[in-house]
Amino acid sequence: MDNKKVVVGMSGGVDSSVAAYLLQQQGYDVIGVTMEIWQRKDSCLPETEGGCCGLSAVEDAGRVAVKLGIPYYVMNFKDVFKKHVIDDFINEYMAGRTPNPCIVCNRKVKWEAMLKRSLDIGADYIATGHYSRIERLQNGRYAVKRSVTDKKDQTYALYSLTQEQLKHTIMPVGEYTKEEIRGIAEKIGLNVASKPDSMEICFVPDKDYAGFIEKSIDRPVPEGDFVDTSGNVIGRHKGIIHYTVGQRKGLNLAMGYPVFVTAIESGTNRVVIGKDGDVYTDRLTAARLNHMSEERFCEDKIYMGKIRYNHKGTKCKVRYINDDTIECIFLEPVRAVTPGQSLVLYDGDYIAGGGVIFFQTT
Amino acid sequence: MIYLDNAATTKTCDEAIKAMTPYMNEKYGNPSSAYEFGNMGKEIMDEGRKKLSRIINCSPEEIYYTSGGTESDNFAIKQIPKTFKGRGRHIITTGIEHHAILHSCQAMEREGFRVTYLGVDRNGRIRLNELINAISNETVLISVMHANNEIGTIEPIAKIGEIARKSGVLFHTDAVQSFCHIPIDVKHMNIDILSASSHKFHGPKGVGFMYVRDGIKIHPFMDGGSQEKGLRAGTGNVPGVAGMVAAATKAHENMRRNVKYVTGLRDYFINRVMREIGGIRLNGHPVYRLPNNINISIKGVDGAVLMVMLDLKGICVSTGSACTQNNTNPSHVLLAAGLSEAEAGNSIRITLSEDNTKEEIDYTINVLKEEIKKLREKA
Repeated sequence: MDNKKVVVGMSGGVDSSVAAYLLQQQGYDVIGVTMEIWQRKDSCLPETEGGCCGLSAVEDAGRVAVKLGIPYYVMNFKDVFKKHVIDDFINEYMAGRTPNPCIVCNRKVKWEAMLKRSLDIGADYIATGHYSRIERLQNGRYAVKRSVTDKKDQTYALYSLTQEQLKHTIMPVGEYTKEEIRGIAEKIGLNVASKPDSMEICFVPDKDYAGFIEKSIDRPVPEGDFVDTSGNVIGRHKGIIHYTVGQRKGLNLAMGYPVFVTAIESGTNRVVIGKDGDVYTDRLTAARLNHMSEERFCEDKIYMGKIRYNHKGTKCKVRYINDDTIECIFLEPVRAVTPGQSLVLYDGDYIAGGGVIFFQTT
Repeated sequence: MIYLDNAATTKTCDEAIKAMTPYMNEKYGNPSSAYEFGNMGKEIMDEGRKKLSRIINCSPEEIYYTSGGTESDNFAIKQIPKTFKGRGRHIITTGIEHHAILHSCQAMEREGFRVTYLGVDRNGRIRLNELINAISNETVLISVMHANNEIGTIEPIAKIGEIARKSGVLFHTDAVQSFCHIPIDVKHMNIDILSASSHKFHGPKGVGFMYVRDGIKIHPFMDGGSQEKGLRAGTGNVPGVAGMVAAATKAHENMRRNVKYVTGLRDYFINRVMREIGGIRLNGHPVYRLPNNINISIKGVDGAVLMVMLDLKGICVSTGSACTQNNTNPSHVLLAAGLSEAEAGNSIRITLSEDNTKEEIDYTINVLKEEIKKLREKA
């Protein structure tokens, strides 16, 4: 019988390269693929999580594929990336929210478009170099599990994967620490171990999100008022896309005490400013839910809730408002709940599910 | 492995390899050296000019060796108009040229030249009246490829040459896909400048030539020594030229037989897939077509996916030009011929050579049928 076929998303970086090697060692027929998702030659980062992007990525990944002796292809996903990730990124910012494009890319591009194309070419699975694991639980459901290493945990952006997508996914790197992966790369002579990690948004490497958006929509975003929490005008802002909830730097407001963005109102084009205490809240509403380890969240259970990629997590409980919306109540206040980011609920090491933060409730 | 991507490159023939070897391991002298040891190289370079000139009906002095098609195209587009810019600053080309032409034209636009890109009909041929209308007093160069690398369409070169000559405009043709595949007569076709590349007719890579009609004054493209009459400096690529000339000689001698054989395989392939697999559209011209070119759009099938599936079964085909392989955008040629982006995305290119057998074609058709069925079932 033929070996199982797996398509590995290769970025040319150490993680996805070692992922390909590990799967080869485990007896899979490995096919390397680099996703072309973004046009500009000058604006790609050396390595983004999970294998994508960039001309140097293509060259590096191609070299690794030759070294491993696996077939390797570059596949074009520019249209679907533009439609689902970039346009959504722009629309979200324009609506006063702060999106996480990696989550959208994972769900729509990597695990929808790439998985489909991989199954089309006869593969059984796709694999990535994410530091996370996938397990089938006793209840029969598939769930993403935290990597063995806390430092590199990359599970947050994977919460929206469906059961069908998880069923066809392997993440071999999650069983190792970053150091072990670099060690393996060195042992097998992959010349990729020195590449820097990156957590930036791949299509805006200079981090000038506002500049990127204005260039994309080809017009400036209007200025507006800064107001305090009582609605008094206290200054002018440069346009809502320049701000995110919790932001302190770059406000240019001399209030005599530290001030922060507490809310962004796209309807009135106002940015609300408050003291540090004003950016803490103990509850939020999240919608567009995805359930992972459980078919439905348990309202009695205490989960660990993460409200952004680098949030350590805070204990919380949930209450359904309707089938696709929950209220999340934190056992202690969390800082800067940001509409557009995602709430991801962990049950132990497993992702229970999550949703997009709709608004903070006070 | 079944190699069906002969428009990308071809296998170097034994005759070429045999002709090259002595100029690497024995007669390795520099052809520009004064002593006898260098002369051996010079001899084969001169002999080569004679042989190549006979194939396209020009004189040996009109042949200039280059590093290949891209260099020849750059030379033609960038140097000729500069020599004649006193007369005007307008270039006419087509939207379906190779990027060596298109990107050179863009470079000229940045230097202040105006470029007209002629459209093509559904079969990929230019319209002669559109060409005539585009010519003005300002026009200094017309560049139209002899045969297209993606869809194989053969352009009406003799008629274009006649129009250009009558208008007093120089005419360049990129003959990279056609030289040694179909007959070329630069006198009869009124061609002033022509580009050719060795590795497209079973010669080695990295060598090619350019024909420039006697009497056309051009600025040097490479400054340095006095090689190639001072137009293209650089030590003569003696082994490359020896290999190219041997391959060209063989291909030219066998042209009639090869055309018949490859056209037979091509039409057998096209007829079978059209009959046995539904939803196939032949891209390019049904008659004015390179003997070795097949380009089809397959309804409901992503060409890039099919290419991978065939590769995993050991069959090499492409989704377009190899030079744009790392740029997986829809083919500019298919879009110019009026295909939608979806239809262009459904296409694959299969290009044959006389080395291919009917057994290989039968196997390929069977794999195609199987894989297309699978893909359509999944869709």
